[in-house]
Amino acid sequence: MVMGSLNTEVEVVVIGSGPGGYVAALRLADLGKEVMIVEERERPGGVCLLEGCIPSKALINAIELSEAAKGAERLGLTFTGLKLDHVKLRAWTDGVVAQLSGGVKTLLQKRGVEIVHGRARFQDNHSLAIEGGGTIAFKQCIIATGSSLNRLPAGIDQSVWSSADALKLEEVPGTLLVVGGGYIGLELGLVYAGLGSRVSVVEFSPRLLMGADLDLVEVMVKQVTKRLNAVMTDSKVKGIEPRDGGFDVEIEHEGKTERQRYDRVLVAIGRRPNTDGIGLEHTKIVVDDKGVIETDGECRTAEPHIYAIGDVSHGPMLAHKASREGKVAAESIAGHKVEFDNRAIPAVVFTDPEISWCGLTERRAEELGVTVNVGRFPLSALGRARAIGHTEGLVKVLSEPETDLILGVGIVGPHASELIAEGALAIEMGATLADLTETIHPHPTLSEALMEAAEMAAGTAVHVFKRS
Amino acid sequence: MFEFKLPDLGEGIHEGEVLKWHVQPGDVVVEDAPLVEVETDKAAVTIPSPRGGKVVSTTGEIGDVVATGQVIAVIDDGQGASVTPAAAAAAPASKPAAAGRAAEEMPAGLPVEEPVKAAPAAPPARAVTQPNSTVSGRPVPAAPATRRLARELGVDLTLVPGTGPGGRVTPADVQAFLAGGAPAPAAAAATAPATATADRAVDGTTRMAAAAAASAIPFLDLEPMPDFSLQGPVEIEPLRSIRRKVARKMTTSMILVPHVAHMDDADVTALEEFRLRMKTQREGEPVGKLTLLSFVIRAITAGLRAAPAFNASLDPFREEIIYKKYYNIGFAADTGKGLVVPVIRGTDVKSIREISREIEEKAALAREGKLPLEDMQGGTFTITNVGPLGGTALIPTINYPEVAILGMGRVQEKPVVRDGQIVIRKILPLTLAFDHRVADGADAARFVGELVRNLSDPNLLLLDT
Repeated sequence: MVMGSLNTEVEVVVIGSGPGGYVAALRLADLGKEVMIVEERERPGGVCLLEGCIPSKALINAIELSEAAKGAERLGLTFTGLKLDHVKLRAWTDGVVAQLSGGVKTLLQKRGVEIVHGRARFQDNHSLAIEGGGTIAFKQCIIATGSSLNRLPAGIDQSVWSSADALKLEEVPGTLLVVGGGYIGLELGLVYAGLGSRVSVVEFSPRLLMGADLDLVEVMVKQVTKRLNAVMTDSKVKGIEPRDGGFDVEIEHEGKTERQRYDRVLVAIGRRPNTDGIGLEHTKIVVDDKGVIETDGECRTAEPHIYAIGDVSHGPMLAHKASREGKVAAESIAGHKVEFDNRAIPAVVFTDPEISWCGLTERRAEELGVTVNVGRFPLSALGRARAIGHTEGLVKVLSEPETDLILGVGIVGPHASELIAEGALAIEMGATLADLTETIHPHPTLSEALMEAAEMAAGTAVHVFKRS
Repeated sequence: MFEFKLPDLGEGIHEGEVLKWHVQPGDVVVEDAPLVEVETDKAAVTIPSPRGGKVVSTTGEIGDVVATGQVIAVIDDGQGASVTPAAAAAAPASKPAAAGRAAEEMPAGLPVEEPVKAAPAAPPARAVTQPNSTVSGRPVPAAPATRRLARELGVDLTLVPGTGPGGRVTPADVQAFLAGGAPAPAAAAATAPATATADRAVDGTTRMAAAAAASAIPFLDLEPMPDFSLQGPVEIEPLRSIRRKVARKMTTSMILVPHVAHMDDADVTALEEFRLRMKTQREGEPVGKLTLLSFVIRAITAGLRAAPAFNASLDPFREEIIYKKYYNIGFAADTGKGLVVPVIRGTDVKSIREISREIEEKAALAREGKLPLEDMQGGTFTITNVGPLGGTALIPTINYPEVAILGMGRVQEKPVVRDGQIVIRKILPLTLAFDHRVADGADAARFVGELVRNLSDPNLLLLDT
């Protein structure tokens, strides 16, 4: 590790050590490249590991355990004195993050990847200036600077929580308003609801999770509204004013403006690529009006020796997409013939129940004017779902009518996040319905639902009776 | 901005290996100053800069293989600056890969949190329709491993008919497509080496699979090399340049051409006496060394005129034999960097002195790596003379697509029987390897017989050739 000023030369420099950057650096090192990684935070891991996917999942797990305990009475299981100590939970979460971040650091160090701390800025297309002094000259570079949270427009108080603030678990407010009904807002809203806050969600769009198919979202919304105080869609936040240790919030809905008081406000309204202030103007790199770097199939920017991966490039801002791009960029630098040609980037929402999908959605098929064959299988018809007492949910498979090729998979229900991997594999492999229906799925498991949905699409299902 | 593409380096040359860059990005280069040194299968060439200006970028590290027509350097010549940025911006977006990614169905805006302000539901800016998509704009169904294989073999998946369910393209489909004569560059890409840094194991396996699929010869086992380093220390050198060219040419020749070797001895006692006398008499004159090879070239040329089958080529695809009415004799030269075959053109109208002088000049150039490409092309017949290095007999491999090659062994004094007496004569062992598709054993016997006769009597050589 190098601190402070240095002037050095390296074959490849990676800016950012998130799930895109560190994977790229490790792969490059394995391919025999001399690699340096520049990270402005104290620890490697990026948003995903330090203040995103990982800590939020640690919290969600605790909440789900507590909810399961509360709902276990009908199984004859009664817990008394159930208590969720948010300070202990915070310590647990911090421990998880520290272990994983330490693991990434060890992996980098064992491969001889040098970690330089500081903020990098391009001086020209072959060198970086490091904040606090020093320059790094490079032959090739990967930009993996990730993204930052969008803030509310100017004029609105900035002391509201960001998702990173909320993850710190410093207090459990009595009432919490979540601005933004996307996946982060919903996941964190449910965490605080589980911790005992009265949580309201306000969303500008007509419904929650606008990108997901309605049938999946409806199942989830029906469940989560039981745990939330209010879900306000089609509503606009007009003003947020701090007052007496709380916030007065003006919300406009159908032309009427109401003023509500909340102890805390969490704003989760999307992210923006970190492409400002890194000196891109000193290169030929092309950035679009949203700050996204234009890249080709090998993740190369308009400067062929500089790559951009993860949240700074086009596509969903997801860790697993960044990691895959990291590998593509690393192998491209090593001269391999590679391409980011993935057809299915799974999307997962860790609400309760979870939602996941990949490939084509029904919504998108409609937009494209594509006719698809949809096979839907309700979890209520599945043995395992009954046995665990979670029948709310469904699995659907979208296939091409002429060929039976699987184009999309959507899931809502317990463990949807785990089950979607099979769907992604099917789409990437160019699998047909028969490939799913003729693969033996273990019984009794939730995984059978995907096979059954394919049976529904193929018209060969036996576990559902359709009147002719 | 001027985008400099690797120019045509000669007939049949599609690529070269970067040996040395004379400039670095940021350097200012003047017109015609050396830009880059590239080694092709046949020679090392220094390529001058066609423009003056500032070098913006170069493509290809030392050891990388670059293709002709590929942009290898961008030079800011102060003209048309607006062209390149636009092209650069367009280039990433127009690649099919970008479309492939856009076809991924994650609705924009969703995977990130829903913005309070209206989030446009439109796909990302670079979402364009998949150019080669089939039904419903989806990409060609093929597993990631198949796609990787196609990429490595340079096969455009959208052109490959898929035999799997739903039109899925299988690895076998890709290989069958390749073997079945893919549209032009794909086949070349299959054998073309990847860059020097490419993962050896992956590349090797892929090429082997392609070779296996392409050859389909019963009993032919194409298996990966064992790990020799388990047995003892090894050193690995990439097959490049001349060595690779020789490997390709010899493999092609041995697999494609049914070789026959015909052997005979020429009694060159009189010829050697004549040659050495002339050499001594003409000492001080620029006749060169007056080598035995020049006499043999002269004699061979006479033989080829009488037996045109040995100065021909066979086109197996058009099923034609092409008889050449010109006589360009190549001779194998050991250059220290590998085998090079300089060609002496028009040997039917050149004197032995001229031929001798040309052999000496061209051999010297070849050793220095400076022999122009055109002096290695257009041969109709090749002679390989290992005599000076020793050897009583050899079976040479035809320099495909020629149909015959003459191997010369070492001239040695040997006891032979002449008119019932054992006498000591200077004997030159000769082997003619020829393509049995074009000529038969009797033709070869007559051809070599005539050659032996001409070489045994300088007067006949004078009279008949």
